Amino acid sequence: MPSKGFRTDVSGLSSSHAVDLRVRAKAIAKRLREDWQLYLLLAPLAIWFAVFLYKPMLGLRIAFKDYSLFLGYSGSPWIGLENFWSLLTDDQFLRAVRNTLAISAVSLLIAFPAPIALALMFNEIASAKLRRAAQIIVYLPHFISVVIIAGLVIALASPSTGPVNVLRSRFGMEPIYFLTVPEYFRAIFIASNIWKEAGFESIVYLAAITGVSPALYEAARMDGATRLQMIRHITLPSILPVILVMLVIRVGNLIEVGFEYIVLLYQPATYETSDVIATYIYRVGLQSNDYGLAAAAGLFNALVALLLVWGANRVSRRASTGALW
Amino acid sequence: MVSDGIAEALAGQQQTARRFEPDRVFGIVNASLVLLLLASMLYPFLYIAAVSLSSGAAVTSGRVLLWPVDLTLAAYGQVLSDRLFWIAYGNTLIYAVGGTLMSLALIVPGAYALSRPRLFGRRVFNFLVAFTLWFHAGMIPFFLNMRDLGLIDSRLGILVGFACSAFNVILLRNAFEGMAPSFEDAARLEGANEFQLLRYIFLPLSMPAILTVALLCLVTRWNGYFWAMILLRGEEKIPLQVYLKRIIVDLRADDAAAARLAHASDYSFETIMAAIIVVSLVPIVAAYPYLLKHFNKGMTLGGIKE
Repeated sequence: MPSKGFRTDVSGLSSSHAVDLRVRAKAIAKRLREDWQLYLLLAPLAIWFAVFLYKPMLGLRIAFKDYSLFLGYSGSPWIGLENFWSLLTDDQFLRAVRNTLAISAVSLLIAFPAPIALALMFNEIASAKLRRAAQIIVYLPHFISVVIIAGLVIALASPSTGPVNVLRSRFGMEPIYFLTVPEYFRAIFIASNIWKEAGFESIVYLAAITGVSPALYEAARMDGATRLQMIRHITLPSILPVILVMLVIRVGNLIEVGFEYIVLLYQPATYETSDVIATYIYRVGLQSNDYGLAAAAGLFNALVALLLVWGANRVSRRASTGALW
Repeated sequence: MVSDGIAEALAGQQQTARRFEPDRVFGIVNASLVLLLLASMLYPFLYIAAVSLSSGAAVTSGRVLLWPVDLTLAAYGQVLSDRLFWIAYGNTLIYAVGGTLMSLALIVPGAYALSRPRLFGRRVFNFLVAFTLWFHAGMIPFFLNMRDLGLIDSRLGILVGFACSAFNVILLRNAFEGMAPSFEDAARLEGANEFQLLRYIFLPLSMPAILTVALLCLVTRWNGYFWAMILLRGEEKIPLQVYLKRIIVDLRADDAAAARLAHASDYSFETIMAAIIVVSLVPIVAAYPYLLKHFNKGMTLGGIKE
């Protein structure tokens, strides 16, 4: 920050500015010296962030290089935007973008409202015991790893022993190998995701519902409102701000489609509908070692994600409760 | 007057009856839906438990839908006698406990420093932390970085490389920021330095938040598989989730393994897979009451604010 005399006091500019800087530097040095304990406490965390999160950002330059392991970061030749052009003409990448968007859109339509509906249903349960039991059961899958969830899905969908196909064959129908049929992939993926997370996500809405004033319901009851009408006219409007905040967060994370879970469930037969940007990066980069191309796809992904979060944050800032962070 | 009152009361009663009729229906429909939902939540668990306790032949012939058929513990015997299973279990314990301690060792002091208004450059540091929530280099640069650091196929790499997250730092920083200044002032008057402040004032008073972060780390560590799968090569180092993944996902496509299992009748690929799932669910279910209690508390305190 330049001193106030920077522009007006032309003659004494260099000297006063230098003095000013020196004074400031001294003041800063004094504070650093005084607070060395704080910096010592901060140092491990700062170094960790630098080494594991910021240093890889420098590594992103390979997105603009024809990167080879032997030539290394600096030895590999710059090729400008060539990796990005390759992506734009790569049918697999374009398919991955389409699939990512499709899965996100359907998730937004179905998986987003699911916990809201769940919270409303739970709130209407008269018996406190049943409600408690229901909550305990639906929160559980949140704490279970995706590997186990994938195992459950694989077992349930098994063509020979899974209950769906066992029942089908009992009724004389042909078994379906669900996980190899592209048409079923998204349904299986999204449904199992809802099964895993909707319960836990409903906690936020249940907490919001608890905060609604009982006087409102009392007044509505006096006026002869049914419970359905109360949900529609009291509960939902009351928790709308929370719904909006959650929606904004969801939109901000739209491009993250849970690829760690997809990797477990997808197979070449279903790539047509299941291959998303992150799984594409994983295959191209970590399985085929085409690092430059994969890093370019990753940069594209990260920039879109940044744009979405930034946009969502702006909307929320304007909408109501203020920015998310 | 009196009859008017009675008529009014009667009308009121009728109205009440009419008014609550739809509510009764609604209540019944809602309760049935919830019960149906709970059944669908529980069924996969019951099914997998039934398969794990059934004979391989019964599962293969499609006779197991809800209850165990030909009750046997053969699959569990197979799973629990696999040396690699126990190694993987031990590795998971190392990664979960060691990783959580590592996380706390980095995050607690760091978040404390970031919460102090007197820290010069605090805004910049806090921005640099929050920025990683919005932008990350991605899978490939992260992987290459781990390789450059020599952390491929290394237990240390798993422990250190995933120790921090911006979310946890912010959560703890907010907890520290939210503390009443009176304790701190009193301690400062007594001449406490920063280390003593953290150790004797902030640490004990922020225990709920620290426990929340510790539990978040533990659950994440226990369940994480992706990077362990990418970075670890040796069978001696993989955690339980990667072991599970190899058996559930990779073996499924492996005909040789299926053929090896085919000759046995008391267990099969399906029953072994089910038994592994059940065995690895046990710790989570055992810890579940505690997790539940704490996460419910943590949800209110975990809200990121500024």
